[in-house]
Amino acid sequence: MIPELGHFALALALMLSLAQGIFGLWGAQRSDARMMAAAPPLAAGTLLAVITAFGCLMWSYVTNDTTVANVVQNSHSAKPLLYKLTGTWGNHEGSMVLWVLILALCGGAVAAFGRELPSRLQARVLAVLALVAVGFLAFILGTSNPFARIWPPAPDGQGLNPILQDPGLAFHPPLLYLGYVGCAVTYAFAVAALIEGRVDAAWGRWVRPWALASWSFLTLGIALGSWWAYYELGWGGYWFWDPVENASLLPWLAGTALLHSAVVVEKREALKTWTVFLALLAFGMSLLGTFLVRSGVLTSVHAFANDPARGVFILVLLMLYVGGGFALFAWRAAAMAPTGVFAPLSREGALVLNNLLLCSIAAVVLIGTLYPMFADLILQQKISVGPPFFNTALFPLAVPLVAAMAIGPLMPWKRARLWPVLQRLWWAALGGAAALLLCLAVEGWRIFPALGFAAAAWLILAALADLADRIALFSRPAAAWARAKGLPRAAWGAAVAHAGLGVTILGLAGMGLAQDRLVLMKPGETASLGGYTYRLDELRDAAGPNWRGREAVLTVLQDGRTVTVLRPQKRSFPVGRMTTTEAAIHTTWLADLYTVMGDERDGGAVIRMHHNPLAPWIWLGAAVMALGGGISLSDRRVRVSAPAPKTVRGEAPA
Amino acid sequence: MTPWPMLLPEGVDRGSAAPVEAPPRSPWRRRALLLVPLGLAAGAGAGFYAMLRGMQTGDYDPKGLPSALLGKPPPDFALPPLEGSDRPALTAAELRSPARPVLVNFFASWCLPCVVEHPMLTRLARAGVPIMGVAYKDRPEDAAAFLRQHGNPFARIGLDLPGRVAIDWGVYGVPETYLIDRRGIIRWRWAGPLTEDMVSRELEPLLRRHAA
Repeated sequence: MIPELGHFALALALMLSLAQGIFGLWGAQRSDARMMAAAPPLAAGTLLAVITAFGCLMWSYVTNDTTVANVVQNSHSAKPLLYKLTGTWGNHEGSMVLWVLILALCGGAVAAFGRELPSRLQARVLAVLALVAVGFLAFILGTSNPFARIWPPAPDGQGLNPILQDPGLAFHPPLLYLGYVGCAVTYAFAVAALIEGRVDAAWGRWVRPWALASWSFLTLGIALGSWWAYYELGWGGYWFWDPVENASLLPWLAGTALLHSAVVVEKREALKTWTVFLALLAFGMSLLGTFLVRSGVLTSVHAFANDPARGVFILVLLMLYVGGGFALFAWRAAAMAPTGVFAPLSREGALVLNNLLLCSIAAVVLIGTLYPMFADLILQQKISVGPPFFNTALFPLAVPLVAAMAIGPLMPWKRARLWPVLQRLWWAALGGAAALLLCLAVEGWRIFPALGFAAAAWLILAALADLADRIALFSRPAAAWARAKGLPRAAWGAAVAHAGLGVTILGLAGMGLAQDRLVLMKPGETASLGGYTYRLDELRDAAGPNWRGREAVLTVLQDGRTVTVLRPQKRSFPVGRMTTTEAAIHTTWLADLYTVMGDERDGGAVIRMHHNPLAPWIWLGAAVMALGGGISLSDRRVRVSAPAPKTVRGEAPA
Repeated sequence: MTPWPMLLPEGVDRGSAAPVEAPPRSPWRRRALLLVPLGLAAGAGAGFYAMLRGMQTGDYDPKGLPSALLGKPPPDFALPPLEGSDRPALTAAELRSPARPVLVNFFASWCLPCVVEHPMLTRLARAGVPIMGVAYKDRPEDAAAFLRQHGNPFARIGLDLPGRVAIDWGVYGVPETYLIDRRGIIRWRWAGPLTEDMVSRELEPLLRRHAA
């Protein structure tokens, strides 16, 4: 009964969304206040229906209902409860329901907190969100019903892919979806603005928090995925330029550009066409990712089981939403006149440069991802585009981006002079040069890691210089604390996020110096790497709730002192008939000591050891970036445009 | 004035006397520019649709890594021997008409998946399958040390330091393995490490079939 209830709730959500879409668009067009007023309650109704459907699906997983095909294919009674719960979205059908759930949550949020919005804009935004939901609900009901029953019931489930039984991966999709769906909200705002034919500062103030929130979640989601790949796949790598990874990076790049561009709309009423375009692009890129992953047109470890009928359906949705958005853009964008004027050398100019560079980076990643597929289709050639292409093509774009993102925040709006800004950054430049020389002196002629360290020092110090400058730390130290408290949170957030990228680059530069070693060790033997000695104590059996396997016990010593004991494992999961390797990682924060157990032979085992300097900082930096996004979101000026008493509104800068 | 005024976003002061009132650009060029995203999206959409259709008819297979060389003899080449491996050099002549089907394996000491598949190569060599090795973009001393450490399953080894031969073969990445039958024709190719599953499901039946 519960699965039928869920199925019914999905159908109900589809109908409510359809009504919301029609009433919202039609009502706004006809200026019919009653029709427009129907959109928010319909959004609340859709949300309730989707929550019910998701709850029913989760219930089927928790009770291991083996009459539901989706549960049989993806779960097992012996699975820990946490993974039964997360298994709800660990498969194609369930993840689509989660996607729609988050979309409905965003719709509910716009309905509940958007009373401050002009009613016509709110109605249109809700309508566009509803139409996006209609497409995906129709997709779920038509091609991917998660509640399909099977009879007779299977004796038990067929288990979840053991590689996916992991906390990192369990929470990676929800975070990414929060990011993707956040892009849907900015998309809805962009489409509403295009229909209306106007973009103003108020619009920018509304778009920016959504762009920020979506960007922060995407940052966390991508970082979590990369971290998972690092510790779970066991190759010691953290980014593989896999098409699916690229698919998540593309909306992030577009979202980063959007975030910065929306500031210009809000503060200066310029770059309107750009901002609208970036909002369309960010959502288009998240839909493209959905299409690539679920249609089967590419191969990847991440790809879901797929069938071409689904692919055609998603392609139709992709074309409707992206094509429709771009058609509207081509038709209406010319009407959006800028009011703010600025010199090329100014804060606005720096943000334009940021947009151009981020869009170029996105273009390179997009081409590198799609080119092999199109080459195969058109030229009948199998080629692969790998890390060498991306690294070579992106490096020349990353250098000016890093250089400019330190300078940009110090520039005044409208018109700036470069020299005073550079004067305030001299010690950041000095720090960067010192990092470069220090790395070259210690590590020899390793130019890329050295440049990475220089970039990291430059970014972090420049963020500090920016803050010090704003609170007049050196010129008027007595009042610095008061000024620090008075500084808008958005400025803090920007500085923290920029420093966070510096921290990530620090980690990447450290990984550029990574070493690895592969040895056949017998118990009692030692091997050394990166100043540590690894001693294999024993090889023994190990077992967990739903797996059995072997583990190697390695004691890590430095100068005769025990640092840690590492236990890399090989696990085999009888239910899924799969074997996984579990890397054992010990972090000293200066480096990760990373070991993987290979095949056993002649009484010994092949042990792979990686010495990964500064590796954890890659993901910590991403967390710092997301924190910066969060700080910026907590800015009073952002909240003012959200649910705030009307009296405060007058204080908000226009 | 900049030479490409329309590439600048709106709002940028182009240095003209009246920047706002008289934007110095042709509305048609701007319109055309605004159509570009739609055009690109439409092109990509058409391409994706062709891929999906191709997947149903079998014309487009994203998973396959077919080599242009399948069903053909390998391209002509002559590689120097790997110093320190005590194995003779490898040239195309040895692959023209071998006494029994041979495997050609591209490997490198710097490649971790190669280490993973090494025990499988050793097992195949013990079972009597002749395996030819090509050390791909590897320093000779590293490759030799790799074989000393992990065992040397290869009957002959060629050193492809510049990677030129790998390009001729269309190697996707190391490790990669080719099966050549007794008439010297490439019959099978596998990119990535040879796994237990792959060997028993694909390679061994092929070896038996082409052995006759």
